[in-house]
Amino acid sequence: MLLSIKNLQAAVEDKQILKGINLQVNAGEVHAIMGPNGSGKSSLASVLAGRENYEVTGGEVLFDGKDLLELSPEDRAREGLFLAFQYPVEIPGVSNINFLRTALNEIRAYHNQPPLEAKEFLKLTRENQKLVEFDAKLTNRSLNEGFSGGEKKRNEIFQLAMLNPKLSILDETDSGLDIDALRIVANGVNKLRSEKNAFIVITHYQRLLEYIVPDFVHVLYDGRIVKSGTKELALELEEKGYDWIKEPVTSESI
Amino acid sequence: MITTTSLYDQLISFYNNTAGSGQQWLSDLRSRAFEAFSTQGFPTTKNEEWRFTNIAAFLKEDYSLQPGAATLQDIKKSNGIPSFDAHEIVLKNGMLNEDVNIRGITVTPFRAALKDDRLKSYLSKYISLEKNAFAALNTALFQNGVVIETAKNIIADKPLHLIHVYNAEDPVFVNPRILVIANKGSKTEVVESIYVKGKSPLFINNVTEAYIAENARLDQYYLQTTAPNVRLVNFTQCVQSSDSLYNNYTYTLPGADFVRNTLHLDLNGTNTESHLYGLYLTGANQLVDNHTSVHHLFPNCMSNELYKGVLMDNSRAVFNGKIYVHQDAQKTNAFQQNNNMLLSNKAVIDSKPQLEIFADDVKCSHGSTVGSFNNEALFYLKARGIGEIAARNLLVNAFAFDVTNKIQIPAVREYVEKLITKKMSEAYDYQ
Ligand SMILES: Nc1ncnc2c1ncn2[C@@H]1O[C@H](COP(=O)(O)OP(=O)(O)O)[C@@H](O)[C@H]1O
Ligand SMILES: [Mg+2]
Repeated sequence: MLLSIKNLQAAVEDKQILKGINLQVNAGEVHAIMGPNGSGKSSLASVLAGRENYEVTGGEVLFDGKDLLELSPEDRAREGLFLAFQYPVEIPGVSNINFLRTALNEIRAYHNQPPLEAKEFLKLTRENQKLVEFDAKLTNRSLNEGFSGGEKKRNEIFQLAMLNPKLSILDETDSGLDIDALRIVANGVNKLRSEKNAFIVITHYQRLLEYIVPDFVHVLYDGRIVKSGTKELALELEEKGYDWIKEPVTSESI
Repeated sequence: MITTTSLYDQLISFYNNTAGSGQQWLSDLRSRAFEAFSTQGFPTTKNEEWRFTNIAAFLKEDYSLQPGAATLQDIKKSNGIPSFDAHEIVLKNGMLNEDVNIRGITVTPFRAALKDDRLKSYLSKYISLEKNAFAALNTALFQNGVVIETAKNIIADKPLHLIHVYNAEDPVFVNPRILVIANKGSKTEVVESIYVKGKSPLFINNVTEAYIAENARLDQYYLQTTAPNVRLVNFTQCVQSSDSLYNNYTYTLPGADFVRNTLHLDLNGTNTESHLYGLYLTGANQLVDNHTSVHHLFPNCMSNELYKGVLMDNSRAVFNGKIYVHQDAQKTNAFQQNNNMLLSNKAVIDSKPQLEIFADDVKCSHGSTVGSFNNEALFYLKARGIGEIAARNLLVNAFAFDVTNKIQIPAVREYVEKLITKKMSEAYDYQ
């Protein structure tokens, strides 16, 4: 088991947001998490990535056998967890490429590997740029500064490709993307999928799941997973909306 | 008035022994300067220009005005700036011992240059001695330093690297003097750095005057990273003529316990352009004070000032920037910005941008900010596997980027960027 979340509860400023999440993800799987705005999807992603303003008030998370919640955010990343941000941060003055080199080498150092040679790094950069059709000009610019919404999201997937994590959480990577950009992002993810890694795809729309076909679909509502199923569940949600899952029918969930 | 008896008495006797020599105009100037200094004394915090900068402790030492011999022992190549290809001018205790041959540029020891009456029209011509005690003291006493003059229409092939070497085996108080004359249409870059041997208190009271003639360009870089025993008072008076360009880069990094930079810029012609970039990265118990004033006297001039500060440990910094737009200076563009990052709750910044406008058709802005790390940015970097220290280094370098990326000499730029990272990792307490 790559990720095992048991009864995870978390609060922000004394407001309970995650109210007992259970989720198991195996290597090779793609899980989709859907749900109305404000149900706690980004919060779940944030808690897993280690965002400090969330206080974990209960439950446990094992990542590749390790107690994830004990690790610092940087060590979670070094262990192979990757969060593609819903709102990537702009950092003027930090070049995209310098940032990536630093990240890659810090992760390598954690695994007692020497820094990548300049040549290898360049090669890796080129390959992955192509994979996600990321404009080479953007790699030398300041991190996300002045990028369009789509460019920012594509940069997240470019970073994902560069860092090659075990578990990737994509938080609404599809929102704000036109259909071409969406296809490019989905293609990138599909090429990166393997038996050794897994993806949690948080999305609002069924649309993305036509391109990244999930093994499981979960519905998050009011801090709990209220329904789980296969990819057909996404279609049903698209048709019926979320109202029907909002009834207190938690017993129905699988 | 501070009258640290031993130092003060020494200054008087030094003055009495040296001032009479040389041309009449020079003795007159020295006498006026000494008078101005004696009337003011060393500045105290009662002086508005020194309100946050108490120098009493730095003057208490048992200074001598006669430094021991300065040697280049242990000095690194290019004073530690890797691959810096420049014309090196080494001043030992302010003295130039070797001839420097640069096409179109003369570098003359001040002592020799003083024999030339032409200097009368430059020396302390624009410095208000009555308001600047340290500059007055320097004017009264200085014996050493250099005059750098770039001939008409000469474009220097390489930057000049002025390395100030001092002997601080015993406490000393020195008054070096620099005069830069950039003649019409010339272009010169001068980088100054300091090397100090010895751990005794060293008080450097430096005065630099720069005259930039029509259509000339001068870039001055002050690289101020030295040892804790150094107290540096660095006064610069710059005068620009029409259509000239002046760039000043003042970078102060951990090292000297006390640094005070005073930079006065007189825009004495139309169509001038000036950029003042400053970075102070302060650590330990440093006190770093930057005072600048820009005088727009003629129409159609542009001045742009950006000073950025990063404060760590128990350090203190002062920024005071003044822009005066005089009545005749229509169509002035004047900008000033001071941004600070406070990385320790024990560090203190006093920032005061000031703007006084007496013309009506101008574009001016000024502002000052104090902040800390952007937590969103920190988390983003950490979420990519970058550790706390590396993440902070990246963000501080990013903050400083606006001023470091203005450095036009790649070797100097790289040196400053690396130094930022190094000095940050040496800080003992920042949060
Ligand atoms: N920093 C915060 N402070 C207070 N409330 C927050 C904060 N972050 C999120 N929330 C609240 O947590 C709930 C879940 O938000 P979020 O996880 O962003 O939902 P989703 O991603 O599903 O739209 C919302 O009610 C939101 O207002
Ligand atoms: Mg969200």
